Amino acid sequence: MKVYELSAVAIREKVAAGEIKAREIVDYLLARIDEFDSEICAFVSVEYESARTRADEIDARVAAGDTVGRLLGVPIALKDNLCVRDGLTTCASKMLEDFRPPYSASVVEKLLAEGAIIIGKTNLDEFAMGSSTENSALKQTKNPWNKKCVPGGSSGGSAAAVAAGFAPLALGSDTGGSIRQPASYCGVVGMKPTYGAVSRYGLVAFGSSLDQIGPFARTVEDAALLLDVISGSDDRDSTSAKKKLPLTLDYNSDLTGLKVGLPSEYFNTDGLSEEVKDAVIAATEKLKDAGAEIKEVHLPMVKYAVGTYYIIATAEASSNLSRFDGVHYGHRCDKATDIIDLFSRSREEGFGDEVKRRIMLGNYVLSAGYYDAYYLRALKVRQRIAEDFDKAFSEVDVIASPAAPTTAFKIGEKTSDPLAMYLSDIYTISANLAGIPGVCVPCAQDSNGLPVGLQLLADNFKDDLLFKTSYVINNAENGVAF
Amino acid sequence: MSKITTEDVEKIALLSRLKLTEGEVEMFRGQLGDIIDYIEMLSEVDIEGVEPFINAASEGNVFRNDILRDDDENLSNEQATQNAPQKGDGFFKVPATIATN
Repeated sequence: MKVYELSAVAIREKVAAGEIKAREIVDYLLARIDEFDSEICAFVSVEYESARTRADEIDARVAAGDTVGRLLGVPIALKDNLCVRDGLTTCASKMLEDFRPPYSASVVEKLLAEGAIIIGKTNLDEFAMGSSTENSALKQTKNPWNKKCVPGGSSGGSAAAVAAGFAPLALGSDTGGSIRQPASYCGVVGMKPTYGAVSRYGLVAFGSSLDQIGPFARTVEDAALLLDVISGSDDRDSTSAKKKLPLTLDYNSDLTGLKVGLPSEYFNTDGLSEEVKDAVIAATEKLKDAGAEIKEVHLPMVKYAVGTYYIIATAEASSNLSRFDGVHYGHRCDKATDIIDLFSRSREEGFGDEVKRRIMLGNYVLSAGYYDAYYLRALKVRQRIAEDFDKAFSEVDVIASPAAPTTAFKIGEKTSDPLAMYLSDIYTISANLAGIPGVCVPCAQDSNGLPVGLQLLADNFKDDLLFKTSYVINNAENGVAF
Repeated sequence: MSKITTEDVEKIALLSRLKLTEGEVEMFRGQLGDIIDYIEMLSEVDIEGVEPFINAASEGNVFRNDILRDDDENLSNEQATQNAPQKGDGFFKVPATIATN
């Protein structure tokens, strides 16, 4: 097996056993990034120096007999909306082109404490707003399986980096599907944990009641291990859950007694490709072969999920992004005449179209005369969507569906029609609204060789059940795209 | 047909502190109109007696004493201003906010 194909679990084992040096792995992956990333454009910045220095430190520790660290010597890529102290954190926006945060995200501290090596920061839709990574102000990431296609988004750079074999692990953030949808398009495992399971401290906020940091990997065990490392309560995030997620990290192919629900609403959607539908049904057959019982469930409210999401997420975004004012950090217009002009021109110059659209939509739904009709109503519909899931989870343990209605679409295909782009998240959005965990696991390839993803959803804090179930679909290492 | 007018977009842009160009106003009028038409579908949902959503994972409000923490998380003045586009004497600099004659 080539170095770039190794799982995180395998790398950790080999480094700890002295079979391979962390420095060799880092050098190998950096060389691969140099060779191919000019084409794929997964990374916004690559940490050549600090990754090598840290690998040398880890090798010195191992040589001295210290092999502590559950990710010892494992390289990881981070979505560039996660703060690393004094490192560039751009959010793929002109607004934060030169921003160097004075603190690190809690997840970054946890990774470093377990011996992980940050290899670079990955591209995203500006401020994580988008479904194709085409809204990045910095570069266009390509899908490693077909460079004419998008990698999905908004965590497209992280998904592409793992699929291209640039790193065995990556972190992304998922507000409406931004981990699961790119995982589906790039053929990797991507997981959105239960809301509150992972601290959001140091994640640049988009929709605070929806945002959750989660893992990308090529194997289910790697994704579970990474989630185990980054989860846990944190007093720097007031929405952080007090209880730690129970993860067994020990999975097998026996699903006896597990009840899997197929929501009829998710299989009779306009725009669902026949190939994707067939592949997902075939994957549920594998669950059945492993002992699971398959039954139909109903989620009558999910057809309102995209509309509900675009009210709540934009309302929260309009508030969160009001901090970008040209004063404290970020882009500043140098021609402003007074302070209001400074705010308005700095924001006009610093933000791209999609960010402006969402800020304006959010201010519209929150404005006097519209608040009750849009925002308050959306919070109540959100409650009804959550109740749909409560009811479904009283009947089944896991819900299975496509992760996205199609495989990866062509670059440029949906950029002029924001609403069509929003609808590519139709299967993922409701989990963020309900707060529940979801995983996307590759289950097939379509006739053009593009990956198809199966999405599995479970009730709050049942994240381990998702790994247990997806292990049956994906118990061998996924291939790197090339 | 969307009910969003040019004046609506200009008003929202003002609330959003965005100085849009004329071309942007026209583009956003069409796009925001499409999206608002789409989200109108929520009006058909029966929300009689439904409480607004509060996260299931929520464990209520979190309180702490309003005191300096005894760790290295407190930013120094230098750190807090390290990304300021314009600063001086440890302060953030802004254009004059009060007119002078």
